[in-house]
Amino acid sequence: MKEIEVELLKLIEKNANLKVEKIAKLMGKSIDEVSELLRDLEEKKAILGYSTLIDWAKVLDTEEVTAMVDVKVTPARGVGFDKVAERIYRFPEVKAVYLMSGAYDLSVSVKGKTMTEIGKFISEKLSALDSVLSTTTHFVLKRYKHDGIILHDDDDDDKRIVVSP
Amino acid sequence: MKTTSYISRQVENLKPSGIRRFFDLAAQMDDVISLGVGEPDFVTPWNFIEQSFHALEQGYTSYTENAGMIELREEISNYLSGSFQLDYDPNEQLVVTVGASQAIDLALRTVVEPGDEVIVVEPSFVAYVPIVSLAGGTPVTIQTKAEDDFKLKPEQVKEAITPKTKAIMLCNPNNPTGTFLNKEELQQLAKVIEKNDLLVLSDEIYAELTYDDNYTSFPSIEKMKERTILISGFSKAFAMTGWRLGYAAGPADIIAAMVKIHQYTMMCAPTMAQHAALEAMKNGRQSVQEMTESYKQRRNFIVSSLNEIGLSCPNPGGAFYAFPSIKETGLSSAEFAEQLLQEEQVAVVPGEVFGSGGEGYVRCSYATSIKQLDEAMERMKRFVEKRL
Ligand SMILES: Cc1ncc(COP(=O)(O)O)c(C=O)c1O
Repeated sequence: MKEIEVELLKLIEKNANLKVEKIAKLMGKSIDEVSELLRDLEEKKAILGYSTLIDWAKVLDTEEVTAMVDVKVTPARGVGFDKVAERIYRFPEVKAVYLMSGAYDLSVSVKGKTMTEIGKFISEKLSALDSVLSTTTHFVLKRYKHDGIILHDDDDDDKRIVVSP
Repeated sequence: MKTTSYISRQVENLKPSGIRRFFDLAAQMDDVISLGVGEPDFVTPWNFIEQSFHALEQGYTSYTENAGMIELREEISNYLSGSFQLDYDPNEQLVVTVGASQAIDLALRTVVEPGDEVIVVEPSFVAYVPIVSLAGGTPVTIQTKAEDDFKLKPEQVKEAITPKTKAIMLCNPNNPTGTFLNKEELQQLAKVIEKNDLLVLSDEIYAELTYDDNYTSFPSIEKMKERTILISGFSKAFAMTGWRLGYAAGPADIIAAMVKIHQYTMMCAPTMAQHAALEAMKNGRQSVQEMTESYKQRRNFIVSSLNEIGLSCPNPGGAFYAFPSIKETGLSSAEFAEQLLQEEQVAVVPGEVFGSGGEGYVRCSYATSIKQLDEAMERMKRFVEKRL
């Protein structure tokens, strides 16, 4: 991957909302060059989408509930963990699935409106899968930092004096 | 009792910094977007801070050796050799100071005798001229020109030299112009310097913050190391202004003489800051690179925005300052800065505070978030449109 591609990706990774004109100025490139780069990166699926990090607690009365579920599974012959991972990640309730080293196999992040809703999903869908041996569910109590962003960080005011040498 | 008469004439005669007056103006106002700040907007990288906590917890609260912790001097020596191909003995050729500011003060006090002339290249960092005066020397200023992109020309140095000239202060990249001198340009200057047997104080505090060309440290040029005091520090590239930590490297006899003053007037640089700097030297590369990339993008942004607005601005090769001309507006730089502050609450620094050659220009620091820069450019656009 070229250096300018990396620079561009780092910029929009931090802020997907940057307009092409702004990106062009920041990188010292023309708008056409940047649009073309973006198109290429989208085509080769280096850019998979443009999402927004939202603190739902600020808008909704009820906070969403997230659970991290440690799942032990029996891998299937020939396809290993991939088949069972797919069975799991196709559920829209599932926000992330990782294959882990260590005490369990899959780390599954599940989102729901209430703990009951998540409990229902885990007992009726996840645990009910033939290849799932066991699940251990941890509910998230508070999010401090997510995807590199510190939440509830209101302390971002400039502490510098206004004019200095 | 009236005490003014007790103040030494030399200090009494020292002009208060123009920056100070402007600070007083800006500090009274609300909602100011400041492009007047000569320091990074980044908070010190967490691992440096955390290392300092750790050192404090371990009880490192006492003095260090006068010249600074030897481990730190060793790391600085490695860093100078790794990044700039410089070879300095950590035992004899390095001293850790309270900011580059103190290193400049020590260096000038060490070499200047009454009547000695020291060449200062303006527009320049505001402290050089006063420190030369305080050291008992006579500052002789050279004005670099906009048509030369504010680059110092060897002929200008030649013209400024008299039999009394002892030293020249160089600053590359420069505050306030952002001007960057490449290897060839430095080599041309080196010839004049050698021919006239001058000592060089090379302030390279912005050396890491260059965006287009490779950086050449002045003492790495042939025969220059033996006549150069290299001055640098952690404030800018490592985002550590408040820690007050810098250093000087140079010939052993000069460094020893500087340490002599240092031991009586300062004892040593702050211990907790030295521990943070140790971490910065060992594990700071990545952070510096990320900040530098960010400054480069902001530089691209502000320079093209200023030119679009109609304030012509050459592309500065380093530091975090743009130095656009405001002559088209018909205002003096002080008028421009004051009116801009009153009308649009944007603070910039009038160029004239950096020496007479700065009249007609303002310094805009781009060590500020893109969001703030964007808003500042909108406001400046409005301001300038009314006057063009
Ligand atoms: C060119 C130059 N030299 C030295 C300094 C002083 O830096 P320090 O914080 O290390 O004393 C500054 C700070 O603005 C500067 O711009």
